[in-house]
Amino acid sequence: MSSVWLVAQREILARARSKAYIISTAVLVVIVVALAIITKLIGGSGASDFTVGVTAQTASLSAPLSSSATSIGQSVSTRTVPDEATGRAEVKAGKLDALLIGDGTAVRVVVKKDLNAKLGNALHVLAGQVAFNQKIEALGGDPAAVNAAVASAPVSVTSIQRPHTYNTQQLVLGIIAGILIYLSLLLSGQMVAQGVVEEKSSRVVELLLSAIRPWQLMAGKVLGIGIVGFAQMVIIGGVGIAAGLLTRALTIPASAAASTVVWLVVWYLLGFVAYALTFAAAAATVSRQEDVGGVVTPVLMLVILGYVLGVSILPSNPGSGLIETMSMLPMFAPTLMPMRVAMGGVPAWQLTVAVAGMVVVIPLLVLLSARIYRNAVLRSGARVKLRDAWRAA
Amino acid sequence: MKRLEIDGVSKRYGDVIALADMTFDVRAGEIFGFVGSNGAGKTTTMRIALGVLTADAGQVRWDGVPVTSDTRRHIGYMPEERGLYPRMKVGEQLVYLARLHGMSPADATAAMREWTDRLGVAARRGDEVQKLSLGNQQRVQLAAALVHDPSILVLDEPFSGLDPVAVDVMSQVLRDKAAQGVPVMFSSHQLDLVERICDRVGIVRSGSMVANGTVDELRSGGDDRLVVDAPQAPEGWAEHLDGVRVLPREDGRTWLELSDGADDQAVLRAALATGPVHEFARQRPSLTELFRDIVASPAGDPTASTIDSNGEKS
Repeated sequence: MSSVWLVAQREILARARSKAYIISTAVLVVIVVALAIITKLIGGSGASDFTVGVTAQTASLSAPLSSSATSIGQSVSTRTVPDEATGRAEVKAGKLDALLIGDGTAVRVVVKKDLNAKLGNALHVLAGQVAFNQKIEALGGDPAAVNAAVASAPVSVTSIQRPHTYNTQQLVLGIIAGILIYLSLLLSGQMVAQGVVEEKSSRVVELLLSAIRPWQLMAGKVLGIGIVGFAQMVIIGGVGIAAGLLTRALTIPASAAASTVVWLVVWYLLGFVAYALTFAAAAATVSRQEDVGGVVTPVLMLVILGYVLGVSILPSNPGSGLIETMSMLPMFAPTLMPMRVAMGGVPAWQLTVAVAGMVVVIPLLVLLSARIYRNAVLRSGARVKLRDAWRAA
Repeated sequence: MKRLEIDGVSKRYGDVIALADMTFDVRAGEIFGFVGSNGAGKTTTMRIALGVLTADAGQVRWDGVPVTSDTRRHIGYMPEERGLYPRMKVGEQLVYLARLHGMSPADATAAMREWTDRLGVAARRGDEVQKLSLGNQQRVQLAAALVHDPSILVLDEPFSGLDPVAVDVMSQVLRDKAAQGVPVMFSSHQLDLVERICDRVGIVRSGSMVANGTVDELRSGGDDRLVVDAPQAPEGWAEHLDGVRVLPREDGRTWLELSDGADDQAVLRAALATGPVHEFARQRPSLTELFRDIVASPAGDPTASTIDSNGEKS
């Protein structure tokens, strides 16, 4: 075991010092921070969408306006101005989106040019509410009691299949999770493949194998590069989530963000181990860096396929049956499951099936890859056929 | 005495027989030279001894016990295909290799310092291997075989590509290791060198050991040759002598090959009968001549020149 750790340590040092690693980490960090900032800028200020001024006479409309805006998914804040003239000046200066004037018995607003359609909807609801209240009072009723009864009137819903409402932020988070996993698998998978061939093409592998067993060399390499890739993902994911929360671009609950990160880590580990073993075995069959591409491409296609299907189908159709099925298959689970988990609403049984699949497949891959690696890694020259590599050397 | 025994090792690749019943041993404290033409099975034998390859049959033993991966950690190995991490620094690389062989970090660092000093690459410890000249890379490669203080040395072509100074350094290192009681086994095509520094030599052909003994034993095992310088002797003066085969004449001197039991004094008398004799000497074949004889003899008849370790023909 200490040999495995020695090999892993060397890999960690060699990779972490390499320019490619440092640069790719820095670039990805910049990208996620930029994403957070851009999301924030597009989403507008986190406070409220509109600010409406009220005068002393219309102050009574302030609370009803906020609640009617909320009821249609808008956020409107109000500010009391000293008098109508000041309010008009502020509207003209663009500090207020509108000013409520009059005596508070009817909804009258002053705007700079046109009334914003969304704000108009909110005001419309408010006007209806005001008229409604006046009618109730005229009939001798208590508007407050009626409103309370209306608000608390229940709608009893019985779902045959429990639906999940996807919120946009979670979709975005899911896509980002997908990109992170995808890039990590791609980058660290390539690192494993190139590392194996580097040892083969420089012939150092024979010297190494005179000291340690082939499986120790392979395991150490996968472990070391895994740790390096993991560190990269934690840095990028952590910075990304932190940037999102700090800029308030991310307003989903911290627990949902945490669960996304935890699952991201779990899926990265499962996906990395499975793919790294496959990459190592595939790369062991060739002797030159130029030939690496040829043997790792079929494996890469699985990673790319999962990712591409995920990002092209999930945003428009988060409940896609195809993706649901694929995300439970071991070769696609590492790219698709983290996206689905980030979007939320994944039934526990599907998650269990996906994880269990990986847990079964990984030991099989360990046996298979160790054997191919052992038999192929010392054969230099032409590409070793998989069938020959499977048979004993 | 501890011995590294290669016992009846066989290996085939498909239809190609790489090794057929390869058997020999290397004793503690001796330098064993392993010679044979390309493709005779030297590298395959060494790879099997190191456990890098598995044999189809046979066994490799150290001190009477089959070699395990634990034993192998104490073998210093220089593969025929030289190889180090090109982008790793010399010092770090040697420490890493020493640690892979089970050394503690402190011991590994001390050993790295010692060997880089001794092999003259101390100034390059902080450089990446790929920045070194080929000759210096060779020295680092040797350091890699020695850095973990091995108790057995197996070196495949350690002298190839070395300049004369490096050859001397390498020879001295091998002698020193042997003097510490380490069995040293190396292959080489430089037969003069093998003749000079080896205690024993094994000649391989087609995957089997065909001759094995000290240089003296091997040389005396061949047919004796006589060189006679009798300027007035006519052509064919020695042809009627018993047990004598006349070889082509060279610069006036006659070369004769004597079979076992032939009387060299009869040859001398015959030579004197022709006139003055300026030179009359028994010549033992050089290792190179022996090697040519053995390697050139038909593969189907390996026993023709098989000599066991006592130097007697079998």
